[in-house]
Amino acid sequence: MSNYNIQEMIQKNKSNKGAVVEKSIPVILFLITSVSILATIGILYTLISQSLEFFSRESFMTFITSANWSPYGAEPEFGIWALVMGTMKVVAIATVFAVPVGLGAAIYLSEYATERVRKIIKPILEVLAGIPTVVYGFFAINFVTPVLQSIWPEISLYNAISAGLVVGIMIIPMIASLSEDAMSSVPNSMREGSLGMGATRLETTFKIVLPAAVSGIIASIVLAVSRAIGETMIVSIAAGSTPNASLDITSSLQTMTGFIVQITSGDAAYGSSLYFSLFAVGMTLFVMTFTMNIISQWITKRYREEY
Amino acid sequence: MVNIMEANTITKNAGTAVLEDRAHTGTQESAERKPVFKTNNFNLWYGDNHALQDINLRFNQNEVSAIIGPSGCGKSTFVKALNRMVELVPIVRTEGEILYRDQDIFNRKMTVEELRTKVGMVFQKPNPFPKSIYDNVAYGPRVHGIRKKKILDEVVEKSLRDAAIWDEVKDRLNENAYGLSGGQQQRICIARALATEPDVILMDEPTSALDPISTTKVEDLMHELKKNYSIIVVTHNMQQAARVSDTTAFFYQGYVVEHDDTKVIFENPRDQRTEDYVSGRFG
Ligand SMILES: Nc1ncnc2c1ncn2[C@@H]1O[C@H](COP(=O)(O)OP(=O)(O)O)[C@@H](O)[C@H]1O
Ligand SMILES: [Mg+2]
Repeated sequence: MSNYNIQEMIQKNKSNKGAVVEKSIPVILFLITSVSILATIGILYTLISQSLEFFSRESFMTFITSANWSPYGAEPEFGIWALVMGTMKVVAIATVFAVPVGLGAAIYLSEYATERVRKIIKPILEVLAGIPTVVYGFFAINFVTPVLQSIWPEISLYNAISAGLVVGIMIIPMIASLSEDAMSSVPNSMREGSLGMGATRLETTFKIVLPAAVSGIIASIVLAVSRAIGETMIVSIAAGSTPNASLDITSSLQTMTGFIVQITSGDAAYGSSLYFSLFAVGMTLFVMTFTMNIISQWITKRYREEY
Repeated sequence: MVNIMEANTITKNAGTAVLEDRAHTGTQESAERKPVFKTNNFNLWYGDNHALQDINLRFNQNEVSAIIGPSGCGKSTFVKALNRMVELVPIVRTEGEILYRDQDIFNRKMTVEELRTKVGMVFQKPNPFPKSIYDNVAYGPRVHGIRKKKILDEVVEKSLRDAAIWDEVKDRLNENAYGLSGGQQQRICIARALATEPDVILMDEPTSALDPISTTKVEDLMHELKKNYSIIVVTHNMQQAARVSDTTAFFYQGYVVEHDDTKVIFENPRDQRTEDYVSGRFG
């Protein structure tokens, strides 16, 4: 027989210093987690305190009611609606364009494409999602805008529609890929149940698969829209820098992010109202994406189909 | 009597001589035993895997037909061929005929949707939709364009009653079907299949995931249902086949060894392998 005893060896190994590592791991992981939480708290603290500083100098009422954003000169006015409208125009165009296309792609990939096609297209989508946004910005101003101008001459060089479409293109892979994940994780037994009743593939997709995947799909759209709201490079390059609250999508505008980039890369004197306005705009952005997340969580809870 | 060697050579000689299907020939043939399904030299391949070989069977109206056989012999494949669900597997290829009420199911005159509306299916693992009990049962009628609330209410109640689960769920029709026990879920799935009033109901090991009490309920149900429906049920439980079925087909390695009245299969089979299998010597 063998001259070793497994139980004895296990005992010996157990008493090793492994226990110290085992105990310190949660502590280390806790510290790592804390860093990211602390960073978030720090950012929030800065945003809030500097915003308060801004509102001690400028009228809060004007900020949230006025649509005139003219931050320069002796008599500046800070009406956030001009920038919010800029952001919303771009985001609305992007969403209207990207949601149907992204969902269509997700439905095709998850319900119709063969395994081979899916294996080729899915990684391509994920690569697309990694293209630097400055590339999209160039694409917008050097390709999309000229094409649009050739069919719709009133469009100016900087405009909402070109920026919106390209932001849409940027978020399509995200919607397609995440929604496809959500739909693929719906068990096949449910599709079989529906097809077995004589339902067509399309009926099965719309009546069984989409409802069962709805929470994942909404999550993907919210994530994509949040990215569109925060998108900076494309709008800075292609949308212009003219704050205005008009509904016109053919002329130059400025988004919240576009304003922040313009001022931080320019020469806002430290301590000026212009300088503090950056934080108020940042705070508004934060509130918008935060609200989006709350709404989406509510929608998800309301419509989730548990299985 | 046919011995094992002969049976093998016969089936290997595909197409020429195939074991006769005695369940509906000779003395058992009678006017009341109308066929719902007939297969003529039906073959099926998964890629290179010849999963079903020269299947010649006939299943009758208002009977419970059992399909038994060891794991992997092609039982599920066969019943899924009957409503063409097997075609969801891309590598599947078929040859031969399956006649549903004398119509070739592969003929373009009948769409798969039509076929599956006539030939319902209950699966091995209960697979209710993640919707309310009501919406589960109303699914089939709704898909086929029935929208009137009053009709749907009636259909839902009747189907749930026929599936012997009405009393257990009548006060919670709007709750998610996933809140029910496995046995209840399976009866919801049966109710869902009944709601479109199909002609034939295929069941693939409908009780294998259920506890003994639920199993008894579903077995009793099959007995009730055959008054109005024809049932083809796969089971790996020999007692179940003996209890519920009128005829039994024994599948082995992709072909049919023997198909006969259940009494004959269990008491006086012609083939040694059938006898070995039903007496529990292998499988
Ligand atoms: N989706 C599939 N793809 C490839 N081969 C399959 C598939 N399903 C079943 N098979 C093969 O077909 C044969 C019969 O399987 P199945 O019909 O599931 O048997 P049973 O239901 O009698 O256990 C087995 O050899 C199995 O490996
Ligand atoms: Mg099986």
